[in-house]
Amino acid sequence: MTATTVQDSSLLPAGRALTREEAWFARRELNRRRLTAFMLVTPLLLFIGFAFFAPIATMLHRSVYSPTVAQLIPDTLAELQSWDGQGLPDRAVLTTMAVDLKRLASERTSGKLGEALNRGLPGTSSAVKSTARKLRRVEDTELGANGAALLLEANDRWATPELWRTVRATGQIYTERYFLTALDLERDAEGAVQVREAAQIYVQLYSKTMRIALIITILTLLLGYPLAYVLANSPSRIANLLMVMVLLPFWTSLLVRTTSWIALLQTNGVINSVLMGVGVTSEPLEMLFTEFATIIAMTHILLPFMVLPLYSVMKGIDPSYMRAALSLGSRPIPAFFRVYFPMTLPGLSAGALLVFIISVGYYITPALVGGTDGQMISNIIAFHMQQSNNWELAAALGSLLLALIIALYWIYDRLVGAGNIKLG
Amino acid sequence: MSRFPDYFNIWHKTGVYALRLSAGSVLFFLMLPILVIIPLSFNSQPYFTFTEGMLSFDASAYSLRWYNAILENPNWILAIRNSFIIGFFATIVATTLGTVAAVGLASPDMPFKRVITALLLSPMIVPLIIIAAGMFFFYTRFNLVGTFPGLIIAHAALGVPFVIVTVTATLSGFDRSLYNAGLSLGANPLRVFKDVVLPLIRPGVISGGLFAFVTSFDEVVLVLFLAGPDQRTIPRQMFSGLREQINPTILAVATLLVFVSICLLVSLELLRRRSERLRGV
Repeated sequence: MTATTVQDSSLLPAGRALTREEAWFARRELNRRRLTAFMLVTPLLLFIGFAFFAPIATMLHRSVYSPTVAQLIPDTLAELQSWDGQGLPDRAVLTTMAVDLKRLASERTSGKLGEALNRGLPGTSSAVKSTARKLRRVEDTELGANGAALLLEANDRWATPELWRTVRATGQIYTERYFLTALDLERDAEGAVQVREAAQIYVQLYSKTMRIALIITILTLLLGYPLAYVLANSPSRIANLLMVMVLLPFWTSLLVRTTSWIALLQTNGVINSVLMGVGVTSEPLEMLFTEFATIIAMTHILLPFMVLPLYSVMKGIDPSYMRAALSLGSRPIPAFFRVYFPMTLPGLSAGALLVFIISVGYYITPALVGGTDGQMISNIIAFHMQQSNNWELAAALGSLLLALIIALYWIYDRLVGAGNIKLG
Repeated sequence: MSRFPDYFNIWHKTGVYALRLSAGSVLFFLMLPILVIIPLSFNSQPYFTFTEGMLSFDASAYSLRWYNAILENPNWILAIRNSFIIGFFATIVATTLGTVAAVGLASPDMPFKRVITALLLSPMIVPLIIIAAGMFFFYTRFNLVGTFPGLIIAHAALGVPFVIVTVTATLSGFDRSLYNAGLSLGANPLRVFKDVVLPLIRPGVISGGLFAFVTSFDEVVLVLFLAGPDQRTIPRQMFSGLREQINPTILAVATLLVFVSICLLVSLELLRRRSERLRGV
């Protein structure tokens, strides 16, 4: 901001420009106000920085940071550096590995090494553990003199160059390996990136998650649009009452709504009783623990996020446009698509993006009602965090999901403005 | 919509009725789950479904046994207590920091307003599973996992965006000349905030606080990752109940929570009206 804007102020007599001193004071005053405004936001920025952004950054870091193997067998890894990757490493390296394994066995951490190596090369875990068990009883002097032979004797997998390549690869502290896994890729023996030959699960899971999110978005749109229209065009007394019926589910605990979908959908649940009572079906339908359950429960949970922005846009549309179109002889359907629908697009895109963003990252509902085929990407992240303890892979899968969400949020911010989120 | 204009023919009218019918069925779809669990929670049998006795309105098929079960189970009592403790402190933190920040964000002189707003609102958008994983990695370093302060901080971060949104909305109708008038009459900025700004935006602050409280009260993913057995909350207890041993105690808790939401909805509506009155809309 320059002195010219201050010059235009009506406070100054016409024709008089600011002196340099006055302009300086004006600038200083403006800077002071900016600083005051910024100071008010600072405590929150610091708090969110610690409580939210630092954790996110840690997760991103964790997806490429994998210190486990490097911490467990530092000596072996140091010696492996000079190995060319062909044939077996030197006997000295094998001996160091044997010494390291004995130490791990006595520290009871050989299982950790086995688990970490197993992620790079399935089937390694048992080899590592059994070898460690055997070497534990060997004397140190014997191990130092004859370690390589003992290692090869303990398990023949130590004779495969593939295992040593895995040891070296998993020993890197910073690695793109987990991102490759998350994208169903792998490195071949020469280090070139290729599509993983073993099970390809994650890309398929991402596309399934996107497909489910898209179906939910379309369903909420189809259900939400007519409802929002009726809400926006009813007399306010009726509209308020109907609005309560939208807002009450919206404010009801997520767990409560998921619980009631379980009660509704289970084999001997309410919907099956009704269907069998009416005679639509004689056998109860298996609805709970399917993808169908995930979709219907999430559509129910996210529907208000579609209705509210649509409602607020439709509320602002003058009904006389439609009346004009109809009275001028247009048929209702063309009139709707050419006059009314384009005016609702801002609310529609806001609602659709919000529903899509929320459903892509959903965890609780699929976990409770989805069974095995209704699982989404979040559930696999939780699985790797809690059950398989593959935190690096969980972080890599999470980072990819985060990138997707940020892209969508960016579009949302461009189209709608992040500050315009409607809360009912 | 009840009286049709003269140029409406039979098809127009049919269309309007079809529209109302579809809106009605969508409302039914929205309300159905809530309507179903309330009677089910009075089931005298340990089932998650309507028994024949319930359908024939036999009084003995209904009972309060699942409500008693809540009171008799120390896990539920602990969960209820924890939910309120964590929710209360998370709300205080989120509302205080959020309100002060919203005042700064609403100032026309705020630098980088758009970017900072987007950043402060992002906890609302990032999937909870990502936040939970990140917090688990990061909070471990500070020994915050499995503690009340850890959960309070985590839930406060989730509540902040709601406070920002509601308070900024209230401030958009705030006449800044009142603030300047206060300053020119010799009050310091803090006093002006306390005596002039705060009373006028109070409805927005309180509803922001309610949003923050509900966010914490309803949150389960972060609790799953960050809480130890001593910090179980109501949703956490429901989650494990649904996964392990389903019994209608969960439905009784759910029904109580529906009444909590009704109270909440009523208070939010009253606050909205009050805010509109204060702003002279």
